[in-house]
Amino acid sequence: MIKVNGRDREWEKNLTVDLLLKKCKYSFPLIMVKVNGKYIPKEKYQNTLIMDGDDVQVIHSIAGG
Amino acid sequence: MSKENKDNQKLLTSFEFEPGKVEKGYTDRRLYINLSENKIEEKPIDLEAKETFTGGRGYGIWYLWNAVSSNTKWNDPENEIIFCTGPICGVTQYSGTGKTHVVTLSPETGTVNDNNVGGYLAPFLKFSGWDLLEIQDKAKEDVIIFIDGNKGKVVIEEVPGINSDTYLLIEKLTEKYADDEKDKRNLSIVSSGRGAENTNLGILNVTWYDVRRKKVRIKQAGRGGTGSVFRDKKILAIVTKYSGVNAGSNNAAYPELLKKAGQRLTKEISKLDHIQNGMRETGTVNLLDHMQNYNCLPVHNFKFGSHPDAFKIENKIWHQRMTQNQAGDSCWMGCAMRCAHAVDGFELSTGPLKGEKVLVDGPEYETTAGFGGNCGCFDPDFVLEANFYCDNYGMDTIGVSTTMAFLMECYENNIINKEITEGLELNFGNIKAALELIHQMAEGKGFGKIAGLGIRQIKKILVEKYGADAEFLQDIGMECKGMEFSEYVTKESLAQQGGYGMANKGPQHDENWLIFMDQVNNQIPTFEDKAAAIRYFSLFRTWFSLVGLCKLPWNDIEPEDNKQKYHGMEAAKVPEHLENYCWLFEGVTGKQLTPEELILQSERVHNLQRIFNLKMGFGTREHDIIPYRAVGPVTAEEYESRRELYDQQLQEIVNFDIKDKTTEEKIKTLRDYREEQYQKLCDAVYERRGWSSNGVPTLENIIKLKIDFPEILELVKKYQS
Ligand code: SF4
Repeated sequence: MIKVNGRDREWEKNLTVDLLLKKCKYSFPLIMVKVNGKYIPKEKYQNTLIMDGDDVQVIHSIAGG
Repeated sequence: MSKENKDNQKLLTSFEFEPGKVEKGYTDRRLYINLSENKIEEKPIDLEAKETFTGGRGYGIWYLWNAVSSNTKWNDPENEIIFCTGPICGVTQYSGTGKTHVVTLSPETGTVNDNNVGGYLAPFLKFSGWDLLEIQDKAKEDVIIFIDGNKGKVVIEEVPGINSDTYLLIEKLTEKYADDEKDKRNLSIVSSGRGAENTNLGILNVTWYDVRRKKVRIKQAGRGGTGSVFRDKKILAIVTKYSGVNAGSNNAAYPELLKKAGQRLTKEISKLDHIQNGMRETGTVNLLDHMQNYNCLPVHNFKFGSHPDAFKIENKIWHQRMTQNQAGDSCWMGCAMRCAHAVDGFELSTGPLKGEKVLVDGPEYETTAGFGGNCGCFDPDFVLEANFYCDNYGMDTIGVSTTMAFLMECYENNIINKEITEGLELNFGNIKAALELIHQMAEGKGFGKIAGLGIRQIKKILVEKYGADAEFLQDIGMECKGMEFSEYVTKESLAQQGGYGMANKGPQHDENWLIFMDQVNNQIPTFEDKAAAIRYFSLFRTWFSLVGLCKLPWNDIEPEDNKQKYHGMEAAKVPEHLENYCWLFEGVTGKQLTPEELILQSERVHNLQRIFNLKMGFGTREHDIIPYRAVGPVTAEEYESRRELYDQQLQEIVNFDIKDKTTEEKIKTLRDYREEQYQKLCDAVYERRGWSSNGVPTLENIIKLKIDFPEILELVKKYQS
């Protein structure tokens, strides 16, 4: 199990940041990802593996109405 | 003007004034017009009002409070329509400083309403010498009010028999009042249209002249029926003329602070807009794709949050349709955001201007989501035609589309039928019927007469005259306090439900927009977190209207490292922009302002507005209740469309065993839970705001805020338990 924005989510093997964003349908272009509090730059999404128990934050910078 | 109209024109009165001197952002005087007495007067701004309510909408609400009694109706003569400026208004060194804020009693809600609108009106008014334009009573025939800020003259002319629709009127008036082509940029006109005369959903259009296109452009004061008040007073137009705007027009105390803030923001916009929100490319409609992808796009009267056809009205389409790189897309001088886009040469297929090729201002996100998604008409040409005619007729695209979506659901549920609609087949997606209904509403004919009343009054008619189920209509009729919801699905964001329900004027997103912070980012998980966000952001956003600012350059652009430097709610405040605002206020007025004092300025006005609601017979907890459609699934169709999500919530959060349960049983349990959550949120927000559990500001809070004027104390005392 991992946490994504404070909510539980099943963990799976070989789960990268990139894959997680796709699975969560987080398509918004302006997001900031932190894994266990550590900022992950966009260019590292494909290579950064998420481990079981990790705490992932995906913050959307959307202004809205 | 045709020759015929010129003959009919009659000078009613004129008034000469000392052209204004703006001192540190203020003129300290207001222009008062009484239309039945043809009286025009200069009145002072009281020092106490200035100290307490800062300016702009703060002044507007205060002077309206003094003008009306608790019995005043929107169409009574004593109701006023007040155009407000604000101390930062008109600053040319910073983006988004040209907003006019309009205050009046609303035909939809019966209480105080406020709108903000772009265009050049407020800066021209202020530089002419007026912090406020306050209009009371009604003229006998249509009038034009002409304010010449350089000559120091106000003229009221009677002009009967002129078509009030905006598109042609503003072109004619621009020709009439400008001395030559160059002078056109010195005009700003307020107009409305026949739709404002025949519905409760009237808007005001405010102009600026687009030098590049050689076209008059418009922005709208849209919510709550302000345009209906304008036309009820028989104002055909207000024309303001002022030349000579420059960086020194506000006589700012410390111009270097304005420059510092302006340069910092302009740099950000130039460097980052194209990789952030693309406001310079399509403006607010960029939101459409994101709302669709995150299930927040209203579809079929807010039943669903997305639709497979949404790609037909997605951002890319508007990028192709809107003419790009237009300097005239700034709705006030110096706005580097220039998000006020337009589609040029659009050929109309219906209505009085059928066959004409017109400029359509917009479409904005709300218009596209409302007509496209909520009415199920995923056709860009339809969105443009509906956008154009609503503006031209002076009708609110949000109010009209949300009302239409409600009627479509009623039609599909046989609550209304072809007999009642006089032949209109109001199914979701029926473009022809939708356009016909817009024209009928504007004309006050056929079924349009009922549709133009807005959802709250329509519900009453359907129950009383046609025996409709009142509870079902309450569930699906997306209005609160009498105003239609703007275009976001809030079922999965409790904070935004509260943001809409507890907004002073009704469910418009300009008080709060917390959907992503809550639903997606999960940054405000507890009631206390949500209450803190609702309190803070409603006050922060109120501040723009006190000083004359546009909200968009606050968070539709942000410093590159904002989310890395700051976290959670702090990041959402965009601290560097907050710092800009403190610099701007100090730079103009000479008074230092901390972020906390900024919130305090707003808190006074926000509480006054809540108490104004109380004065008009609203303003208590029961009026903050929202239709269940905004909270959760009303019908089995809605539940089944997201069954997995709802089933999971019932099991994991509500601890409800869903095995062998019918959809109806699940809907009921979910509803009980969610309605209770909403009530708990109200408790938390009221407490955080210093209000009683009935949603009334406490005496202690009123005294603390220094708004303990005798009439306020007397009123509020009645509600203290
Ligand atoms: S950001 Fe857009 S709406 Fe606001 S002032 Fe600038 S152009 Fe007008």
